[in-house]
Amino acid sequence: MTPTWVRAAELAASVLFILALKGLSSPKSARRGNLLGALGATIATFVAFFYGETFFGGPIQHLPEILVAIIIGSIIGWIAAKRVQMTQMPQMVALFNGVGGGAAAVISVIEFLSAGNEETVAMLTATIFTVVVGSVSFTGSLLTFAKLQELMTSRPVVIPLGRFITIGVAVGTVVTAVALVMNPSNTLLWLLLGLSLTLGILLVLPVGGADVPIVISLLNAFTGLSVAASGYVLGNVLLIVAGTLVGASGTLLTRMMAQAMGRPLTNTLFGAFTAKATTATASAEDRPVKSASPDDVAIMLAYARKVIIVPGYGLAVAQAQNTIRELVELLVAKGIEVDYAIHPVAGRMPGHMNVLLAEANVPYDQLKEMDEINPEFPATDVALVVGANDVVNPAARDDKTAPIYGMPILNVDQAQQVVFLKRSMRPGFAGIENEVLFDPKTSLLFGDAKDSLTKVVSALKSL
Amino acid sequence: MDAIALLTIFVLSIFVGIEVVSKVSAILHTPLMSGANAIHGVVLVGAILVTGKATDNVQLYLGLTAIVLASINMVGGFVVTDRMLEMFKPKKTEKEEVSK
Repeated sequence: MTPTWVRAAELAASVLFILALKGLSSPKSARRGNLLGALGATIATFVAFFYGETFFGGPIQHLPEILVAIIIGSIIGWIAAKRVQMTQMPQMVALFNGVGGGAAAVISVIEFLSAGNEETVAMLTATIFTVVVGSVSFTGSLLTFAKLQELMTSRPVVIPLGRFITIGVAVGTVVTAVALVMNPSNTLLWLLLGLSLTLGILLVLPVGGADVPIVISLLNAFTGLSVAASGYVLGNVLLIVAGTLVGASGTLLTRMMAQAMGRPLTNTLFGAFTAKATTATASAEDRPVKSASPDDVAIMLAYARKVIIVPGYGLAVAQAQNTIRELVELLVAKGIEVDYAIHPVAGRMPGHMNVLLAEANVPYDQLKEMDEINPEFPATDVALVVGANDVVNPAARDDKTAPIYGMPILNVDQAQQVVFLKRSMRPGFAGIENEVLFDPKTSLLFGDAKDSLTKVVSALKSL
Repeated sequence: MDAIALLTIFVLSIFVGIEVVSKVSAILHTPLMSGANAIHGVVLVGAILVTGKATDNVQLYLGLTAIVLASINMVGGFVVTDRMLEMFKPKKTEKEEVSK
């Protein structure tokens, strides 16, 4: 038997994981929650070496190699997590998730190789489930990483007959999986592994820009489930609890994210199968826009009573969070009412913008959520949109044919004046034209967000 | 442990998992996803278990690969989540102290 103290330690780790998720759900306790989770994981890892006779048939084997592998992995993870910039965090989470899924798949492959023919049907099913889901999560996550890191286009990739190829591979995966349960063979296992890895790629390829974070969250839940299944295979209660907790909470979180974007989950996943590759409508260069100089913008802001800042991913890419905070401090000192309007999916992931602004010491109470701030736009003199586009695009509200139709937006078009700081006329992440840009009350200040803001700040100071 | 006992644990865990995150606010979606991601890094335990009873070199090397991958997931996940949450500290009190 596994020693009782080991099982008690597993219980403690399970409780710590539950407390971790609970803690992460509230801003006050979030950091402590994460540390509790880390403590639970440390305990779990420590006791894994003491499972005893029944499991290892003696003391654990290959101990030095195992310790070295843990140290190597920990160092890689530590350095990657410390080095990553906050703007690149979503793809980092995707990558970590992918390797977790990969680990679960590899574990099941080993289990199959070592005991394939002797397993019960239930065991085999769980093993094969882990191979499939873990592999899908692995390649799917690596692909989302590539998309967000802009190693490849972030637009939906629609391959000819893609839908049929994907369905074909999916059916092939299921058939192979069933065949494998009925008649275990190593050849079929390698075939299944190949099919599952391909399926992960095919499922994520047609997912476009703004939907990628939802897919990361879903793959996160997938990895959780594959971990739970590998727990069943190994008869390990802790893995079942931890994996299921992540699977269940991850699924709910995915739904909440999809809701925040106003998109049913099925649309996110399968929308691009039917969608045509979005081609830009009427070429943008032909239409007149009003551009403004930094001085114009400074004057507009200085004589406003109420200003709302709409920060987007472009702000963070330009590393302009500190500059915008400086601008806001100047305006507040002039007695102007200033708020930040935070769209739920501003940045690359839900809540990402809050993290990015918190990094620049922007006070928490100036950040207003969408539902709170939207009624205030009609009474706002200037809405200053910095590096955001899709989240203020009225097409989401008015144009039923737009790919983002239904996503709740910040109603900047209702403000008295709108100022966009943009690098170019290039459309946003979702690749759709924004009508507000051509509105007569809109001014555009082209250039790098940080440059532009610095100029506006110095213009304001000299007023 | 018998299958029904494991199934019981599985089903109850689903309910707990849904319950604990049901009231999370949108600003914490990203850290929560990242924290949950770190928790499934506990698959490291599974990787250690299968490697510890590996009987040939193929199993051993596959197992060591799984350990490296799982450790990256676990350690990286918790560290990056902590970095995110570090920024959510109440900033005001710090500033007041500085101005005093």
